[in-house]
Amino acid sequence: MNINFNLLKDIVSVYGPASNEDLIRDYITNEIKDFVDEIEVDALGNLIARKKGNGKKVMISAHMDQIGLMVIDIDEKGFLRFTNVGGISPIISLSQNVIFENGTIGIIYAEPVDDISKLKLENMYIDIGAFSKEEAEKKISIGDICIYKSDYVENENVVFTPYLDDRVGCFVAIEALKSIKNPANDLYFVFSVQEEVGLRGAKTAAYRINPDVGMALDVTSHGDTPKAKRFAIGLNKGAAIKVKDNSIICHPNVKNLLVKLAKDNDIPYQMEVLEFGGTDSGAIHVNKEGVPSGVISIPTRYVHSTVEMASKNDIINCTKLLVEFLEDKLEI
Amino acid sequence: MLLKQLTEASGVSGNEKEVRDLIIAEIKDHVDSFKIDRIGNIIAYKKGKDTNKKLMITAHMDEVGLLVTDIDKLGLLKFTTVGGVDKRILVSKPVLVGKEKIDGVIGAKPIHLQKRQEWTRALGIDELYIDIGAKSKEEAEKLVQIGDYVIFKSDYIEFGDNLVKAKALDNRVGCSILINLIKEVTDVSFYGVFTVMEEVGLIGAGPAAYEVDPDISLVLEGTLCYDMPKLDTHLIPTYLNKGPAISLIDRTTVFDRKFREKITSIAQKNNIPYQYRKTSMGGNDSGRIHTTKEGSVTTTISVPCRYIHSPTSVMSKDDYNHTYDLLKAILSEFKREEL
Amino acid sequence: MDTKVLLELLCNGNGVSGYEHNLQDAIKSAFNRYTNDIKVDKLGNIIAFKKGVSNSDNIRIMLAAHIDEIGLMVKDIEENGFIRFTNIGGIDPRTILGQEVIVHGKEDLFGVIGSKPPHLQEASEHDKAIKMEDMIIDIGYSKEKVHSLINIGDTITIRRSLTNLQGSRVTAKALDDRAGVAVIYETMKELNKMKHEADVYFVSTVQEEVGMAGAIVSTFGINPDIGIAVDVGFGATPELSKSDSLELGKGPGITLGGNIHPGLRKKLTEVAAEYNIPFQMEITPGLTGTDARAMIMTKEGIPSLVLSIPLRYMHTSVEVVDMVDIKHSAKLLAFFIASISNENLEGLLCY
Repeated sequence: MNINFNLLKDIVSVYGPASNEDLIRDYITNEIKDFVDEIEVDALGNLIARKKGNGKKVMISAHMDQIGLMVIDIDEKGFLRFTNVGGISPIISLSQNVIFENGTIGIIYAEPVDDISKLKLENMYIDIGAFSKEEAEKKISIGDICIYKSDYVENENVVFTPYLDDRVGCFVAIEALKSIKNPANDLYFVFSVQEEVGLRGAKTAAYRINPDVGMALDVTSHGDTPKAKRFAIGLNKGAAIKVKDNSIICHPNVKNLLVKLAKDNDIPYQMEVLEFGGTDSGAIHVNKEGVPSGVISIPTRYVHSTVEMASKNDIINCTKLLVEFLEDKLEI
Repeated sequence: MLLKQLTEASGVSGNEKEVRDLIIAEIKDHVDSFKIDRIGNIIAYKKGKDTNKKLMITAHMDEVGLLVTDIDKLGLLKFTTVGGVDKRILVSKPVLVGKEKIDGVIGAKPIHLQKRQEWTRALGIDELYIDIGAKSKEEAEKLVQIGDYVIFKSDYIEFGDNLVKAKALDNRVGCSILINLIKEVTDVSFYGVFTVMEEVGLIGAGPAAYEVDPDISLVLEGTLCYDMPKLDTHLIPTYLNKGPAISLIDRTTVFDRKFREKITSIAQKNNIPYQYRKTSMGGNDSGRIHTTKEGSVTTTISVPCRYIHSPTSVMSKDDYNHTYDLLKAILSEFKREEL
Repeated sequence: MDTKVLLELLCNGNGVSGYEHNLQDAIKSAFNRYTNDIKVDKLGNIIAFKKGVSNSDNIRIMLAAHIDEIGLMVKDIEENGFIRFTNIGGIDPRTILGQEVIVHGKEDLFGVIGSKPPHLQEASEHDKAIKMEDMIIDIGYSKEKVHSLINIGDTITIRRSLTNLQGSRVTAKALDDRAGVAVIYETMKELNKMKHEADVYFVSTVQEEVGMAGAIVSTFGINPDIGIAVDVGFGATPELSKSDSLELGKGPGITLGGNIHPGLRKKLTEVAAEYNIPFQMEITPGLTGTDARAMIMTKEGIPSLVLSIPLRYMHTSVEVVDMVDIKHSAKLLAFFIASISNENLEGLLCY
């Protein structure tokens, strides 16, 4: 399979924190519009792209939103105080660069604290280099959301960058969407919003589409680094087929079909039993009268940091597995 | 099957009758004499070739368990432990109460009503009780009396790669080996002794040794096994499937070195795998025996048991068989008066 | 089939949340005799339908009892073949140490849950509970053999058979909430002897223990006029206050609180009084931890009730119930259902 990692490089860098996904939606729309039959945007901002086929109605969901930091106060000296949008860690945020939608760049730092392990977001601030409140307010308003800014790096094995979560899922979806010419099933590719704040986009998109089968693409954690908490997922060991997380116990038949397709097509895979977290399928499977759903996860180290790392082989294998799944008869 | 019968029998320390009766029925036609002494030990004598030394082989009959201490208003039974029972393994286990083996379960406050931090704290015995389904104190009192012994309800199961799960493998495994030695070894004289109350302070072994006054004793046991991967090997007391464990030292005995070397050389000569028991924790009847009267030489040979003192102890049949083979080899060496 | 026979069959079977399909056939064949139609929805809920009198616009009453049980799941396999595991649903790790289990791999495999023996721990550790992450399951095979038999993600249940205690009390695993399934089974038998206007949906729901997925989607599909969750309540034991618990053998708990429709609840207690069925009150001011929590938030909102079977040692493998309470619960439900008509429903639902 011919995979264009330049697209991944671009897609991780487009601004789009939860609730503010306009730029990334436009970017993806532009990227896929020639390959799909219909494009819709729902009330919450989900991008729903349909590739018509005669088989089962399948919803494929990858969330395009990112975690970020929302400005809640600007003090007299021009420092910005913030709250989190999604899972932001104080320790990881310390001394990171951030960028706002209008391109303003700042850095995150903290008040002096005695015990760094007790650092809280409320003791931290963003410094955009303004010397007064007035100066800051010319660039930033209360309610603006910024995201981490860092470089995309790749070598022959891996990529590392902020926001593989879940732009790598979007990337896998786009690559699959482009490679499927005559779909066996009726495919609804959803680039969902507000996953990071509670699977909200997937919920409304699923209600609108009312699919027969649900499939989410998202990153998962890892257990293969020094003294990592026990978790049988590692980089470069194949596509991860989810068994459970805190939002879903995947339908056994969907899970088993993924395993079978991986085996039949010699796609390396690993089984994922995640003891925390959730993703879009958690919302899809309880839609209306129920939707058998599964998840293909991209094994990723250091999720929700600025150095999220995934293996190129895993990304390719996830894409292959998704294509096999979407081209299957899906007799679930 | 003998080991199944033995492990499923009830014999909490001080209440060994059921096990004792079972053992006597097994050995009575194969010994020259036997007696039950005043505290309940079985002392059997097997006559074969006369030797210059007196050999005693022992195994304790008793097991750890529970004892009913009170019956409350709701008909629930309060209890205490007999022997070294980790209180943490008690909750949510089925049990059998008293001679009639009445079914019960060990209950506690439901988790929903406990704070999550409480989960990290071990439940105390005073927070647990046995529920036999009685609706009142009166109803329970018709069935159970204070002082009734309680055993875990746990059947003998063979599983995995030649493994056995049962309760009381410590030390019905020793009893089983000793019974089979008594049945099958006919050409050498030795005493076979089944002791009481080992788990509550090595009580039976002293009087038995006093009476027999052996020169050499072999103590058969089921012992600690904890063979986790990635553990420092010096912290692994014994391994499963590596043969009988020969004791070096424990809380009650520093085992005689020359005798130990004799035993290991017999094992080597007969191609029987063996290992050392590499912890000084615990103790057994040997502690009493080797210090009785003028003192004597002892060794302890054990079958490794994972999850010992729990309702679900596990041993390997290979280890069992190798332990039996080693004992037979030792006896034939003894016959040649080379022990 | 005798209700207790079905209960035993279900409790001795296995169906951890998300993996309830093993129990489908037993339920379908038992329910078949007393209902008009049975279907299984996309998530595995078993929906048995019993028609009321032959009007076209019958009101719909839904009874829900969840068929899933809490359990364990394989999360990794050690170098020596020991299995590392996690929990599905709320499990106090203290209650599983030293238990026998069945690992549902390619075949059902026996194992035991072990940890470091107390003899090798510091004395200070003895008062600390063993964490689930420090426990292993030993199935007695080498790593290679374990890998050939077991996959990460396989479910695990505690090995336990339903056992009779004194009188009419029984102990088993998964009585939460298969005792509820037994109640709805007994209810359909009772209803077979009665005339009832309402159409009744007997639903064995899935995944209650992990977020009520089954109740959410089955309620959406049925869209009933009344929803009743049949679940279990805390049985009285010495350390529980009287107000937190229900006595065994004294009838079901009728829940009272914000989630519960006051008019229907009043009717339920009136029916109990009229037919001399013993009951107790259970007070839950906020959300109930039952399928009713999903029902009340479905579509335009479903007026809901909760009936609780008193059960001791909830979420352990030695749960205890009194069969008498199952009988009483079923009688109460049957008489209640028979008492509801198109004519009186509107009045009952009026605030």
